[in-house]
Amino acid sequence: MLKALEGSQALARAVALCRPGVVAAYPITPQTHIVENISKLVADGEMGCELVSVESEFSAASVVLGAAAAGARAYTASSSQGIMLMSEVLYNMAGLRIPAVITCANRSVGAPLNIWNDQADSMAIRDSGCIQLYCADNQEGVDSTIQAFRIAEATELPVMVCVDGFVLTHTLEPIDLPSQTKVDRFLPEFDFARRLDPKAPKSFGTLVDPGWFTEVRHSHHRAMQKALPVIEEIDAAYEKAIGRAAGGLLKTHGPKGAKTAVLALGSVVSTLRQGLNDGLAKTPVKIIQLRCFRPFPTEALIEAVDGVDDLIVLERAFSPGLGGIVGTEVTAALAHLKKRPRIHNFAVGLGGRDVPVELLPELIAATRGTTPEPFRIFDVELDKLPAEDR
Amino acid sequence: MAKTPETAKKAPSKAASKPAKAKTAKAGDAKSGGAKGKSAAPAETPSRKVAAGVGTAPGVDAQALGGELAELRRRQPRFRGLEAGHRACQGCGEALGARLVMEAAGPDVMVANATGCLEVFTTPWPQSAWRVPWIHSLFENAAAVASGMEAALKARGHRTKVMAFGGDGSTFDIGFQALSGMLERTHNVLYVCFDNEAYMNTGIQRSSSTPHAAATTTSPAGSQRMGKRHLKKDLLQIIAAHHVPYAASASVAYAADLRRKVRRAIEIEGPTFLLLHVPCPLGWGHDGAKTIEIARLAVQTGLFPVVELERNELAGVMPIRQPRPVSDYLKLQNRFRHLFGNDHRARQEREHLQALADHNIATYHLLGEEPDPLDTEGADTVRRGGLIA
Ligand SMILES: Cc1ncc(C[n+]2csc(CCOP(=O)(O)OP(=O)(O)O)c2C)c(N)n1
Ligand code: SF4
Ligand SMILES: [Mg+2]
Repeated sequence: MLKALEGSQALARAVALCRPGVVAAYPITPQTHIVENISKLVADGEMGCELVSVESEFSAASVVLGAAAAGARAYTASSSQGIMLMSEVLYNMAGLRIPAVITCANRSVGAPLNIWNDQADSMAIRDSGCIQLYCADNQEGVDSTIQAFRIAEATELPVMVCVDGFVLTHTLEPIDLPSQTKVDRFLPEFDFARRLDPKAPKSFGTLVDPGWFTEVRHSHHRAMQKALPVIEEIDAAYEKAIGRAAGGLLKTHGPKGAKTAVLALGSVVSTLRQGLNDGLAKTPVKIIQLRCFRPFPTEALIEAVDGVDDLIVLERAFSPGLGGIVGTEVTAALAHLKKRPRIHNFAVGLGGRDVPVELLPELIAATRGTTPEPFRIFDVELDKLPAEDR
Repeated sequence: MAKTPETAKKAPSKAASKPAKAKTAKAGDAKSGGAKGKSAAPAETPSRKVAAGVGTAPGVDAQALGGELAELRRRQPRFRGLEAGHRACQGCGEALGARLVMEAAGPDVMVANATGCLEVFTTPWPQSAWRVPWIHSLFENAAAVASGMEAALKARGHRTKVMAFGGDGSTFDIGFQALSGMLERTHNVLYVCFDNEAYMNTGIQRSSSTPHAAATTTSPAGSQRMGKRHLKKDLLQIIAAHHVPYAASASVAYAADLRRKVRRAIEIEGPTFLLLHVPCPLGWGHDGAKTIEIARLAVQTGLFPVVELERNELAGVMPIRQPRPVSDYLKLQNRFRHLFGNDHRARQEREHLQALADHNIATYHLLGEEPDPLDTEGADTVRRGGLIA
């Protein structure tokens, strides 16, 4: 049944449906509404978890790590500076192969201080060894959150579900929350085989010397690669159980044979889709939504760009001094193809700058008759800057 | 730091390639911890998969333990949560302290251990000296990881006691915030700080627990400096100010007192804290055979007051009958060697340290008539520590 829910409220309810044993969180805009909603659900007895109101995001992630190691389904959420403060723990959690779910309500990372949406935070920890899923709308946020617990527990890897701050977290949308019975059927009770247990003592997180470190890292890399089909299978299982898929590794919108494609992550996809539906693109164009950014779905991407001449890669963050992060990765993933599209790489919507539906035709126009630009911040207004900074 | 894993790179020995058979450890069964054991190296930890050092603790037959912890406990009055065969330096006070804490705690516990010597010398993959569930995550999050473990056990309806272990660096300095949070939220966790008064694992750097005037590699003595310029942080008072039910200091020189405090803390449902003074022969620059003597002198001079605080009220002290002069303690350690030079600054610093000791004695009313506590009471009786009947 569809219900008008604020994104954060929908996400909190999705988490509740997964019956976590432990939730730990610390407030930060724009994630705050998620924690507040969870706290209210706990206060009202609608959620039976241990809610640990920690003194920092660093401890939030550490509590989740300890809780999951001790066998509880565990969850936390944060944004921006909070994700940065968690980063040491997120690497550690992933390296220890501890399954847990983290929502990242995407926000820029300061300085300058800015509370609005881009994806610099989750991009900064892309090498942590956590799985990362990016959601185009709040329905996907709900569905991906529920799937994330099953993915984490099947792969023994932490899963980060990325939802754009404000654009999704603070926006009312008609949402279908699956019933508890259906979620219970889809998501079995968490049974962590390696959990800390006095009846079968194990040592976690030992000192690993050069004789073993490489092999441990290799097995982590393999685990990430092996997660690719698991993410697809779990999406299919979800569709069967709930009646709706969330997009597997990536999904495409628009005409199959289009020679131009736009690749993006997160809520921009919805904006582009709207532009497409409104007929703003004068030429046939398809939109490629990269739902799964880690592990990187190279094969699925190659398939999706088959027959595409111009591929526009959009970023909501970038690496200063290099350029696009997603653009660089996409370029690398397609480099060995004999026939590969021209890649145009743009950052848009940094620090909450509006991404209008008119973006779609503007992007297409920018790629016409030019040699591809390696990277550009598309919506920068250079006339605001002193000459030497332009 | 002083423990490059010696055997980990060798091909697994025959004995090690077989999973360790369960055996009921008798008192005195194995050599005590702390020695760089060759013969007593813990067994290989067979693992389900290679995943960042995850394995089964040695010497434990999970089946034998199944559901019969109480019985196991009865049969094993000296259950050793931390086995011999780790790679601590000879005479390491931290190794001995951890062994005593684990003996008193019993088998129904799990441990979150911060980065530091204790973590490193007990778990060179693929070996582990721990016979209880044990996790190391980071340098500064042991208290938060323990909070999560405790919350999980609560959520799952289990009553195993959670303990968090950290060195002074991890406790006084970098993990202080997480610890404060854990205490404030009243998690049912016993936090033990192994206080060897410097960052030993990284090669003897000063911490906020390093005593005034002690030389470390980042507070060296020189023509312009007499070692550390600042005072040792009074952590116990800060902990007590959280109004925790129990916060105490203890010394590795007084094993019976330590065991009693561990048992006491474990039986309390709530956050408890133990500050355990553990000499480090390498970092303090003393003979490994003098660890106990030096630890004892720290108490008898008044430099390390051994006290108990309940809800921020002084509830007990270890009395000193005849205080020893601080120079008796200082002169045995190289870290204070510069205080015995023939110059007025050295004399001034010695007097300063004596004044600090006198201040402790006065503040905690340490002068007592009772005999010095002897190390016999309860030495060989260990009640089970956990909360399951
Ligand atoms: C965030 C972080 N900073 C620094 C370190 C390096 N480091 C590891 S152990 C350690 C010192 C440990 O000192 P202490 O807690 O007193 O334990 P000890 O080794 O003395 O027992 C340091 C500085 C680290 N592991 N992580
Ligand atoms: S604490 Fe000191 S004595 Fe013990 S292992 Fe570390 S350096 Fe060696
Ligand atoms: Mg130390």
